[in-house]
Amino acid sequence: MKRTVFSNRWLPYLLVLPQVLVTLVFFFWPAGKALYLSFFKSAPFGGRDVFVGLDNFTALLSDAEYYDSVINSFIFAAGVTGLSVVVGLVVATLANQKIRALGFYRTALLWPYGIAPAVAGIIFLFIFHPSYGILPYYLAFVTAYEFNWLLKGWVAMTLVIVATAWTHIGYNIAFFLAGLQGIPGSVMEAASIDGAGPIRKFTAIIVPLISPITFYLVVVNMVFAFFGSFGVIHAVTQGGPGHSTEIMVFKLWKDGFIGLNLGSSAAQSVILMAIVIGLTMLQFRFAEKKVTY
Amino acid sequence: MTRLIRCGTIVALAVLVVLAAGPVHAQKTEIHFWHAMTGQLGDALEAQAKEFNASQGEYEVKPLRKGSYPETLTAAIAAYRQKSPPHIVQVFEVGTQTMMLSGAVYPVHELMQQHEIKIDWNDFIKPVVGYYTKDGKLYSMPYNSSTPIFYYNKDAFKKAGLDPEKPPKTWPEVEAAAKKVLAANAAKCGFSTAWPSWTMVENMHATHDQPFATKNNGFGGVDGVELLINREFGQKHIGQLATWQKQNIYSYGGRGGAADPKFISGDCAMHIQSSAVIGGFTKAVTFDWGTAELPHWGAPYKKATSIIGGATLWVLKGKPQKEYRGVAKFLEFLAKPEQQMSWHVNTGYLAVSNTAVKNLEQGYHFVKNPKQYTAFAQLTGLPPTPPAALKDKKAAPAKAERVATANSQGLRLGNFVQIRDVIEGEMENIFGGKKAPKQGLDDAVAKSNALLKDFAATNKP
Repeated sequence: MKRTVFSNRWLPYLLVLPQVLVTLVFFFWPAGKALYLSFFKSAPFGGRDVFVGLDNFTALLSDAEYYDSVINSFIFAAGVTGLSVVVGLVVATLANQKIRALGFYRTALLWPYGIAPAVAGIIFLFIFHPSYGILPYYLAFVTAYEFNWLLKGWVAMTLVIVATAWTHIGYNIAFFLAGLQGIPGSVMEAASIDGAGPIRKFTAIIVPLISPITFYLVVVNMVFAFFGSFGVIHAVTQGGPGHSTEIMVFKLWKDGFIGLNLGSSAAQSVILMAIVIGLTMLQFRFAEKKVTY
Repeated sequence: MTRLIRCGTIVALAVLVVLAAGPVHAQKTEIHFWHAMTGQLGDALEAQAKEFNASQGEYEVKPLRKGSYPETLTAAIAAYRQKSPPHIVQVFEVGTQTMMLSGAVYPVHELMQQHEIKIDWNDFIKPVVGYYTKDGKLYSMPYNSSTPIFYYNKDAFKKAGLDPEKPPKTWPEVEAAAKKVLAANAAKCGFSTAWPSWTMVENMHATHDQPFATKNNGFGGVDGVELLINREFGQKHIGQLATWQKQNIYSYGGRGGAADPKFISGDCAMHIQSSAVIGGFTKAVTFDWGTAELPHWGAPYKKATSIIGGATLWVLKGKPQKEYRGVAKFLEFLAKPEQQMSWHVNTGYLAVSNTAVKNLEQGYHFVKNPKQYTAFAQLTGLPPTPPAALKDKKAAPAKAERVATANSQGLRLGNFVQIRDVIEGEMENIFGGKKAPKQGLDDAVAKSNALLKDFAATNKP
């Protein structure tokens, strides 16, 4: 690797300063504040902050509902990551063919990523809502199956997974396309000469060669599913029915901003942060070994 | 030199202009009013503020929409903690206990007393004022109040061979009507509900004179309050809804107003929702529809009045004392019968002073808009037909149909927002078949009791 040498000792520090400042103000400061708050019970309007030690944490860890939200988060994150990475790769491969109007397709495939999660949630609501959605309306003509995710937890979970994955697929496609275009044509041609079909080429050449990108996307998608998926849940199910789509980030928002229980909310965000940091470290530790750069 | 003089003159003139213009513009004290009203409701609120501003020269009320009810409350709390709160904030009824114990509010009765403004609170409808009164003193200004009522599709009733002028009065009658409607294919489901906890748990307990929580529904203090919704009545009602859900007599349609489209589209022949949607339904519904009071289970339960929902205006502490005079003036303005009447007519929320209701009555408002009367009758216990609508006025039944009881005066619970969420979550588990009614209600009570205990611990006086 090439080493960059700066003539001035202070210039490199000056150059990274803006980024460091942004990280301090927008990450470390709020994270520190959350950690601090997680040891207190505070009245909503302030003025009565009582130090309670680890009470907020022990209360959470003895609450069955909190475990449900942790399990929901893992199901949700696995579903969103799996779906958006697999579908993203398949679609990117298809979009990498030499076909007509390629430019249009490639642009169009990125569109969903440009839609804010809350807006995507509203769109899904108008399509799938049992009371006013267009799909259940037409479904009623052909089948007696009642598409009622307002009462069926697993249907609701599937719906928010699909909706969230949909908003994120464009991002994955963009990265996969870039990766696919980086695969040397000569390798593919050699495989063709050896008589490999499209599926064989996909599994034996494409998948291993873009594994660094896949790895990156899995990490990013998972973090996104844990943290950034609030908008869809909030717009579509509000955590219901029961608590079957209440993922951790939604529960902590609800307890903090609706329930005004800031201490518990802060404790939940600390736990969530720990889980995501832990998962990312695990991925780098184990999954990265299988990645060929 | 001449140039310099000219420049100086211009500057001096400019200064003079500014000085002259200053006192005319400024010096109107701004009163910040944060609220959560959207659409037509927001327009009506803005109009009231405008009218108040035009009526005097000292104060300028500035309404600002801060999002939904919870968002408005959160914004006000954040602002209060930053020491720059609005003067007035609109808070929904479930936030009452939180506000009362916050130490951040300037109680309305105190505000009015200190500014020597007299408002006859006895003229206000009791169930409304009672909800926001503590130790005989009013804490917040009643603003937009409503109560759940029964809506039904007259066209579907006709198609099913039911008398469209005789809505069901009891739950067994609702069941019978739903069965007929389903058999005649006049609708896909019998009835649905909005705000599931408010309409089906809170108000059903109140109208059947059943306690919702111990300590007089929480009016008796915060320590040791526990829910009572898993008793015989709660099990009976929620259990029945679960059975009806399987038969399509009842069709759960989600929280808040999410089930409204089921009624508007004609899918469900009956609906239970706040009286405040009458205005919206008038615009959206294309078939002939009517309103009636909430269905009742009959004996042995008493027929009691219903409880309210909606929001009130809270005055926050932390502003210069002289500005509160403007706040008091504005609240006095809102309490006037004319304002009450226009607010009711423009929004569908209840007029909350007896004088305003009487004026509406005398102006034949209720004869022309009988749907608007249902909520008043149910809330106050008056006969369901407006007296002016009866031809022979002397024969008007003076006997009240519903009685106001200790169980129907309202609920005062801490962490009520989460408790509602817990109850609605368990209702979904029950209706979805995940839990038996008793199990679901027991779980709801256990979780709510933990929340109540938590609240009591944080809010030790």
